[in-house]
Amino acid sequence: MPNLEHPAYPAATLLQLESLVPCRESQVSMLLSIFGERQQFSFPSIFIYGHTSSGKTYVMQTLLKTLQLPHVFVNCVEYFTSRLLLEEILFQLQSCSSGTVQNSHMSCDTLNDFVRLFKQAVESQELQDQTLYIVLDRAEQLREMEANILPAFLRLQELTDRNVTVVLLSEIVWELFRPNIGCFEPFTLYFPDYSIGHLQKILSQNHPPEYSADFYAAYINILLGVFYMVCRDLKELQHLAALNFSKYCEPVVRGEANERDTRKLWKNIEPHLKKAMQTVYLREISSTQWERLQHDDGEPSQLKGLSAHTHVELPYYSKFLLIAAYLASYNPVRTDKRFFLKHHGKIRKTNFMKKHEK
Amino acid sequence: GCFVFKPSPKKKRMSQKAAIDFRERNNESEDAELRFVTCQSLWNQIKSETEQIQEDLNKQLFDNLVGFLRRSHSERQQKTTEWTCQMKSREIPTAALVLGVNVTDHDLTFKSLSEVLQNNITPYIALLEAKYCAGIKNLMQKLMGQLMNCYIDVDSLEDEDYVHISQNRIRCSMTSLISWYESVTKKIDSETPSKKRTSSSRHWQSPPVVVIFKDMESFTTKVLQDFIVICSQHIRELPLVLIFGIATSPMIIHSLLPHSVSSLLCIELFQSLSCKEHLSTIIDKLLLTAQFPFKLGGKVLQVLINIFLYHDFSVQNFIKGYQLCIVEHFYSQPLSVLCCQLVDAKKRVNSLSHDQCENIRRLPSFRRYVERQVSEKQIALLTADSCLKETTQKLLEDLHVYHENYISVLRCLHVFTSSLPKYPLGKQIRELHCACLEDQVWETEEYESSLQLARMLSKSDLVTMLQQCVEIFVSSSGKEFDKTVEKLKEFLTQFQKLEAEAFQERDVSVSSQKELQKKTDLYHLQKTLLELKESRRSKKLTKFEMLRFEVVDYIDSLVRNYLVPADHKTLHEIVYFNTASVLREHLNAAPRIALHTALNNPYCYLKNQALKSDGGGISNKAPDICIVYRLHLECGRLINLADWLEAFSTVVMAAEGPNADAASSDEVDDIIHARFIRAVSELELLGFIKPSKQKTDHVARLTWGGC
Repeated sequence: MPNLEHPAYPAATLLQLESLVPCRESQVSMLLSIFGERQQFSFPSIFIYGHTSSGKTYVMQTLLKTLQLPHVFVNCVEYFTSRLLLEEILFQLQSCSSGTVQNSHMSCDTLNDFVRLFKQAVESQELQDQTLYIVLDRAEQLREMEANILPAFLRLQELTDRNVTVVLLSEIVWELFRPNIGCFEPFTLYFPDYSIGHLQKILSQNHPPEYSADFYAAYINILLGVFYMVCRDLKELQHLAALNFSKYCEPVVRGEANERDTRKLWKNIEPHLKKAMQTVYLREISSTQWERLQHDDGEPSQLKGLSAHTHVELPYYSKFLLIAAYLASYNPVRTDKRFFLKHHGKIRKTNFMKKHEK
Repeated sequence: GCFVFKPSPKKKRMSQKAAIDFRERNNESEDAELRFVTCQSLWNQIKSETEQIQEDLNKQLFDNLVGFLRRSHSERQQKTTEWTCQMKSREIPTAALVLGVNVTDHDLTFKSLSEVLQNNITPYIALLEAKYCAGIKNLMQKLMGQLMNCYIDVDSLEDEDYVHISQNRIRCSMTSLISWYESVTKKIDSETPSKKRTSSSRHWQSPPVVVIFKDMESFTTKVLQDFIVICSQHIRELPLVLIFGIATSPMIIHSLLPHSVSSLLCIELFQSLSCKEHLSTIIDKLLLTAQFPFKLGGKVLQVLINIFLYHDFSVQNFIKGYQLCIVEHFYSQPLSVLCCQLVDAKKRVNSLSHDQCENIRRLPSFRRYVERQVSEKQIALLTADSCLKETTQKLLEDLHVYHENYISVLRCLHVFTSSLPKYPLGKQIRELHCACLEDQVWETEEYESSLQLARMLSKSDLVTMLQQCVEIFVSSSGKEFDKTVEKLKEFLTQFQKLEAEAFQERDVSVSSQKELQKKTDLYHLQKTLLELKESRRSKKLTKFEMLRFEVVDYIDSLVRNYLVPADHKTLHEIVYFNTASVLREHLNAAPRIALHTALNNPYCYLKNQALKSDGGGISNKAPDICIVYRLHLECGRLINLADWLEAFSTVVMAAEGPNADAASSDEVDDIIHARFIRAVSELELLGFIKPSKQKTDHVARLTWGGC
């Protein structure tokens, strides 16, 4: 396992960072070597992609925070127009280092303005000697904005002539981003999915204070055994683990089993988890309802899920109009008169019909 | 939803002008003013009654929702330190509110819902509609606009600076919303408690922000997804609660949102009362009560119910139709001045003018009544106004008593028929009511068969029904039912007695059974069996069966006495509205036929004498579009434009007469050409024809036949 090493940062900080990003050490060390030392210019743009909850956002956030690098973190879904996005970057830039929030509301309509204001902001805040990182989460939204936004962000270092690096985070590959007219190619980095071992390790890390780590790890093992087939989303798994843990502990609390009695505990929790897979995981019933059920020891069958209410009552004519429209959509247009008119005249035998009569 | 959204109709206030309208049609002598006032007060009563009913019906649902909102919020605040809470992802609490397909009624529900929430939970409510939220940007604009305005509504005018921020200047982002929320909640905290005790005790320190999606199905998927993703990022700073208004089924949430988004929500389901039950309650409280003097006739009620069941499921429309009936009745029937509470009606009878007396004499039901009287009385009724007034008072009183009795007996009969297999007289009381209004119910086949079925009811059923009937009669306002109640109670005691006897009888029968089981030879056994069989066949009815017949006969006699159809009653025209055709004309429009009439026979609407067509000829004075329409009726599926133009110009030129003949060469006049093209494009706009690619210079006809 590669230990993180970098001359620019103190070893203690690096050790702390390593403990915070389990199973992502290689990616982090790669990023660190690209970043270089604080004052060194880094690669102008980095593109990080990977499947949902493969730790992209989390790793970037912890990395930048732990090492106390100056950075701006923006979610592109939230700032849905280019104007909002640019203004938000400038706003965060103002407040990030100076600490005092300036109330002056700047308007920034175009990239030209942005570059100008960006230079001003950087200069006023003594950031020249450090690399500034702009992280754009859910970067696929950038493609929906004006055509110049994405290429400009990719070469922002060059445009502003300042020490800045733009990091794009996305769930889709770079090939889907590349504009027709060509652009600066960013450095791409892939975050692979967590394996089952990784998941086990990460989930077991945060065990509740009342119970031992081994006990919780055993629980996570059972949980993954049930859910790994359908769900590899770390966040969702963590949520499910927290929801069902109290049920797992029940025999221990009641004194029927001790913490090492794995088999008994498994027997207790397994049907419960299966039920959870059919209900809570699919959001058939909400997690608060699920907790209430656990608390009251009620049967989940009492609570009907969302899909139990599929019956839709319609007025009489509406119902038949819908059915008729559906059926009519399969008829050729020419036959409408024959099917829907009372006195439509004689039906001529077409070639098609004759063929079938033979 | 699958319904057309009507633009919200501007409430036509029945103002003084309406009263004048009332007067103009009918001359002064017919108490137009009084009728108008009566009509208005009656409608106001009914309106407040319906509002009350709706409030009661929604109460359960709203209580549940309020509870949900309280919970969702308090849990968040209490245990932030606990391990499970730290580990669990923060989901957005979401209420899925299933309201049924009658989308037109939803507005009212949401209005009262937001009122309830405003009073109980939070001042911060935003109501979003899909048509104003085409993109996420519009949605955020609407949301922030509504939220920041509502703040001003709650607080008084102190915060002038907030008012002046125009919507455009606020950045439409979640950050500004959050900073707004923080500033607002802080302000409430810092306010002196004495000053704002009432409002701050109603809401908590940080009340949730409720966002209501009125028509969740109509929102585009992307907007919803984006909004939910954004919200979930800020749920820690901004206590949001979403409410989805759903018309179809809650499954739509899962089909609209992918799992990655729906997993951000914590959805709980709430279902409103079905609209059919709602209607039943409305009918029960509005029509089946003696509280309101105005009544609906059988046909009219049938029309209203049919519109509800077959077309729209909308209770609001039902009430609107009812309102129309009231207005129409008071407008068209001069004697409706007597359609008020009995005490007032008696007073008003005394002050009737001579013309109005003549109106009474003209009523068909009154004439029938007169014919039944002896000749002296007949003359007195037809000549002396005073005698007429006296009789009218008596008759009105009869009518009033009839209503009171009718309702009780109807309910009683419904108790019986609603539990019969296959429901020969209908499951709902409204069906029974319609049947009784329509005709003499005891002469129908269904009634006969339901009586037969009632004769086979079990004892326990009969007893419970009788008890229910007793309750109905006791609680009814009718005065004639003392005897009935006594009689029914007597039946009940008899049934109890039977029960006691049955015990003894059972002993007897058991003993005879025992006899059978004794050892006997074959001959004896056969003999006893035969005897038993014989006795069973010829056996007279048991006491229970006799009693059952008696009960059913008694109920039958009640029905025959009290459930006489209303139009057999004298003076029923005064309180019953029976012109279903008017109602149908107003509520069940037939646009296709109207359009055809307008185009085919313009005289019908334009009332221009020149257009009065005799025979099938096309008048050249008709508007161009009518001429074009008439001509196109004669064509087949494809219409040749050149031929059509020629025919058109021939018809139009006929106006100029023979002197124009010389001018009309092969060339068609430019003006006529232009008129033709305009008319054709109008037809295309109306959807009668469309351009065709099959043949050049042809258009395809989209309708068949002449309607």
